[in-house]
Amino acid sequence: MRIRESQALILPPFFFLVIFFILPVIIILVLSLTHNKDLTAGITLENYTRIFDPLYLQVLIRSVVYAGLATLFALLIGFPLAYFISFANSRLKMMFMFLVLVPFWTNFLVRIFAWLTILGRQGLINSFLLWTGIIQDPLQLLHTPGAVILGLIYGELPFMVLPLIAALDRMDVSLLEAATDLGASRFQAFQRIALPLSIPGVIAGSIFVFIPALGSFVVPDILGGSDSFMVGNTIKNQFMTVRDWSFGSSLSMMLMLAVLFGVSAYLKKGSGDLNMGEYL
Amino acid sequence: MSDLGHQNDLAFGRGFTVRIITIGGLFFLYIPIIILIIFSFNASRFSSQWGGFSLKWYVTMIQDGALWSAIRNTLIIAISNAVLSTILGTLAALALSRHRYRFSGLYHKVLHMPIIIPDIVQAVSLLMLFVFFNFTLGLVSVILAHASFSISFVALVVMARLAGFDNRLEEAAMDLGANRWQVFQKVILPNIFPGILAGALLAFTLSIDDFVITFFTTGVGSTTLPLKIYSMIKFGITPEINAISTLLVVFSIAAVSAIHFFEKNPKTGGKAHVKNIT
Repeated sequence: MRIRESQALILPPFFFLVIFFILPVIIILVLSLTHNKDLTAGITLENYTRIFDPLYLQVLIRSVVYAGLATLFALLIGFPLAYFISFANSRLKMMFMFLVLVPFWTNFLVRIFAWLTILGRQGLINSFLLWTGIIQDPLQLLHTPGAVILGLIYGELPFMVLPLIAALDRMDVSLLEAATDLGASRFQAFQRIALPLSIPGVIAGSIFVFIPALGSFVVPDILGGSDSFMVGNTIKNQFMTVRDWSFGSSLSMMLMLAVLFGVSAYLKKGSGDLNMGEYL
Repeated sequence: MSDLGHQNDLAFGRGFTVRIITIGGLFFLYIPIIILIIFSFNASRFSSQWGGFSLKWYVTMIQDGALWSAIRNTLIIAISNAVLSTILGTLAALALSRHRYRFSGLYHKVLHMPIIIPDIVQAVSLLMLFVFFNFTLGLVSVILAHASFSISFVALVVMARLAGFDNRLEEAAMDLGANRWQVFQKVILPNIFPGILAGALLAFTLSIDDFVITFFTTGVGSTTLPLKIYSMIKFGITPEINAISTLLVVFSIAAVSAIHFFEKNPKTGGKAHVKNIT
């Protein structure tokens, strides 16, 4: 029997994804419904109701707030940066794209580690302030909520800039020229034309920043303290320290469903597709 | 990218605020990296003081046997992952771009999911898979775990490339008597090859970069470079990390240059997009 080309192409990758992506998710779904990973004790929702315990709810809310703030600041920094790059002449543009892509390709852990040298008790900021005499004792900059949010902005900024550049590049520049010919100021042209046309890029960039920030484990682990831990830390603790796999699984399912719900709401609006491939 | 750039005489994107934030944003991106590089040459143990220029942390690094075995593991994983996920990802991209399936929409969704879902969730679910099937944690489990998310990235990069592929080329080749394999080998493959290379490089880099999924799916004795860096950070910061970090920054500069070289026009996908809109 001859296998059709269409089947031969699709089967290997999707067989792999079923085993190493879908099956694992099914396993944690099942685990999340069991009483402390006991598969024989029947189905329970206790792991889900436990999420609403104020102790864990607080961590969830904190994660959303930190990720939201990181997204907002990344947008405030990233938009002008993308706007400048998109309108730069080709030589300048090549150079700036390169400057944005290098951090994007640099090890995330290394980039977050860099902030330890800057924010630590004996770090650069404290050393400088002590030297100038502005402060007498080192400031607590590390292991604070501010350090975590800063780390999230820093870590995810390239993921905001690249989709924005792609969206701005797609814009028909003659629209802006027409607007200015008709008497609009540069700012009016930006506000009435460039900004609305860049919305798909704004949404894509925000998703690419918000999702990894929401599930971040490395940033709060390295830059945060016990009062600035996020849901990623809780999940890690449930699996590695407390060994309550069932509760860890329910937290993971919640995080995953929240993300999928958000993204599918965006895709339904039809404002664009999430083809990350374009930005790389 | 440059062909899509807006070269304008109206000075859009040249306002004062835009310039200030652009310069500030780039400083923000680079100051920590530059500080890392500078302090990797610091003779003093402490980042608060400059003890003169020294290469001693690079010497420490070179003599660190555990580091070399971590680098070796990282490269084994990254190369295996690049091969595995480039093959599977390219197959998926060819399948979805060239054929209609009953569940095409579902296949697309499944392919996008590993990119969207937070890595911590993927990490713990893969850990549970390996535990559930008593699969020994080690290099192989990490490679399989890495491939489970790299396939999607490779597929999307190759698909972006295929979107710009002119189907008439294939028809022309068929008309001229080429069989399907010849068409693939002589027409399709050369056209998407830059995309495949870019995808392979992406998979390779994703592997080298990954900390979270490796952290959960690796076993004793198969530490990777990011895991090694993590434990060095946790057990007290040594300037040796600055030296390792500097080399990783150099590596990423080389990677970006290589991609520019492989794919002179990285925005082919974007161009196809423009075609669809207008």
